[in-house]
Amino acid sequence: MRLPRNHPIPWTLVCFLTPVILWLFLLIVLPHIDLLLMSLRREDATGATSWSIANYLLFFKEPIYWLTFVRTAIYSIIVTFLTFVIALPVAFYITKVAAFRFQGFLTMLLLLPFWVSELVRVYGWMILLRESGIVNHFLLRFGILERPVEMLYNDATMVMGLVYTSMLFMVIPLISVLENLDDSLIEAAYDLGGTMWSIVFRIIIPHAVPGIVAGSIVVFMLTLGNYLTPNLLGGKNSLWFTEQIYNQFIASFNWNQGSAFGFLLLVLSSLVVWAGLKLSGQKLSRVMK
Amino acid sequence: MQIDLSARDATKKFGEFTAVDRVSFDVRQGEFFSILGPSGCGKTTLLRMIAGFIEPTHGTIHIRGNDMAGISPNRRPVNLIFQQLALFPMMSVEQNIAFGLQRRREQKVDIRKKVEAILERVDLPGFGRKKIDQLSGGQKQRVAIARCLVLNPTVLLLDEPLGALDLKLREQMKVELKKLQHQVGTTFIYITHDQSEALVMSDHVAVMNMGKFEQIDTPQNLYNKPSTPFVARFVGENNAWSGTVLKESDAFVEVKTDEGLVFKTKAKERFSLGQRVDLFLRPEAMLIQPDISLGGLNRFRVVVNSILFDGANSQLLASPLNSRREIIIALPQNRQYDYIEVGDTVDIGWDTNSGICFQHHETAS
Repeated sequence: MRLPRNHPIPWTLVCFLTPVILWLFLLIVLPHIDLLLMSLRREDATGATSWSIANYLLFFKEPIYWLTFVRTAIYSIIVTFLTFVIALPVAFYITKVAAFRFQGFLTMLLLLPFWVSELVRVYGWMILLRESGIVNHFLLRFGILERPVEMLYNDATMVMGLVYTSMLFMVIPLISVLENLDDSLIEAAYDLGGTMWSIVFRIIIPHAVPGIVAGSIVVFMLTLGNYLTPNLLGGKNSLWFTEQIYNQFIASFNWNQGSAFGFLLLVLSSLVVWAGLKLSGQKLSRVMK
Repeated sequence: MQIDLSARDATKKFGEFTAVDRVSFDVRQGEFFSILGPSGCGKTTLLRMIAGFIEPTHGTIHIRGNDMAGISPNRRPVNLIFQQLALFPMMSVEQNIAFGLQRRREQKVDIRKKVEAILERVDLPGFGRKKIDQLSGGQKQRVAIARCLVLNPTVLLLDEPLGALDLKLREQMKVELKKLQHQVGTTFIYITHDQSEALVMSDHVAVMNMGKFEQIDTPQNLYNKPSTPFVARFVGENNAWSGTVLKESDAFVEVKTDEGLVFKTKAKERFSLGQRVDLFLRPEAMLIQPDISLGGLNRFRVVVNSILFDGANSQLLASPLNSRREIIIALPQNRQYDYIEVGDTVDIGWDTNSGICFQHHETAS
């Protein structure tokens, strides 16, 4: 390619692009290349390193690793689905049912919990749900339970915590697509004999697909990569894949193994997102607008 | 003749505001019934009450003798064509039309047959697979009609569906819609603010104003025998004069307008001498330079202010001598009046039968 001689250097473009390119390269591309290289090296007893795919082989040989991996993937999909099921009526209520002047207020209410950190929110749940917690206190007081029940450290609580943490990221894209849904389409479907369910499945969901896909991608990725919530609400046996990565890096000090796990998680999330886009017939560029 | 729709004292209040005020009417089977009124007169509210989206505050709506109170829109034998058509953009033409039939859990084979038949009927054969955004304005219109007609509703409601089309297409659709209604024989209730749509298509027209029906009549009678000043002003163009009654005899009155012109005209009701009245006169009722031998005419002279050329609807704007008020006079384009120029003084005459007089209303001035 030959540039014209007198072509001026587009300084404005350079100014705006440089931080983006630097950010992408230094903080995303470089660390990942390093991670990939590290995952393909193995340290022997003497401390010497050599190229090897043993880190990846270990993942498949050791059932605890790949079972945790599959479990994390399945739970993340369940969390994404549950978040969607709860978020759709919420978004519908805010955009179509609530009076216009309350819409901003209701969105604000959703945003409010995000003013404190995830850690504080999760501790909030722990105060509510632990054996000596508020929920148990009232259940005992009203005689519903005879002795306190431990509500923390099980899968249901963990899933609930993850859904709670992800809500906003599903509701916001749904609100933006539902705002564009013409009310008369819903009325027309109702007039033509549609029931609530057929209107939801034939009109509202097909219209909201781009928002659903966008929200699902964000929620899925956040859930898959979440460490705090599964660890605190699910306890030691939560078996979330990020904990395995943490253990390799921090507990076993095996950075090569940890890198391999990290890479596998990246591949998994990319695969699931790709499959989701294929299934819904959407394009990433269109969904993320 | 069977009555398809009957409203009795249908009323809708939004807080203090009465949108629809004790409206009663009957629509016979197979009729093309229009509700004509300015925007904000309550016609859309009335239509939405018939469709079931709004419950009346008082009064009843019966369809084929069944009371519709408390019956939701999806279980009423009426269908509504929305102003913006509300075709489902996520579905093909076929799926749009099949939507209602699927909700009735009809057999797949029957659905396909009915969809094909109705597409044929609205002149869109082979369009089933098309996407909604591939259609032109007129085609969308027809799909919206087909989507409702395929369900065989007792009454089809149309909420100004031609409003979004351009003029030429609107004229064409008017004729098509009338023809289609005649073929299928379904009762149509059509609301519009466009008097020409209402007059061209309807068997009966109800003129609505401030939540009330002013007159329900045939288009001809609405135009020629308006029963209220509002109808006289709203349907077609009219010149209005305020004046006082000078003399009264049988069906005629002599009115002295505020400008000092004296006209003899038909009286709609009995007036007493000196009473304030409004006199309405159609632009085309005025003859330009009538032959001196013609009898029974009110005659006066006007100065031409401007000539509005609009083909067959051309008009003169003119003021009676020594007056500043402007009246509209139809200007037939038969080359006979080509000599008229702005600033000319011309004789105007009109038959005593063509004007109409109402008692003066304060709001009507």
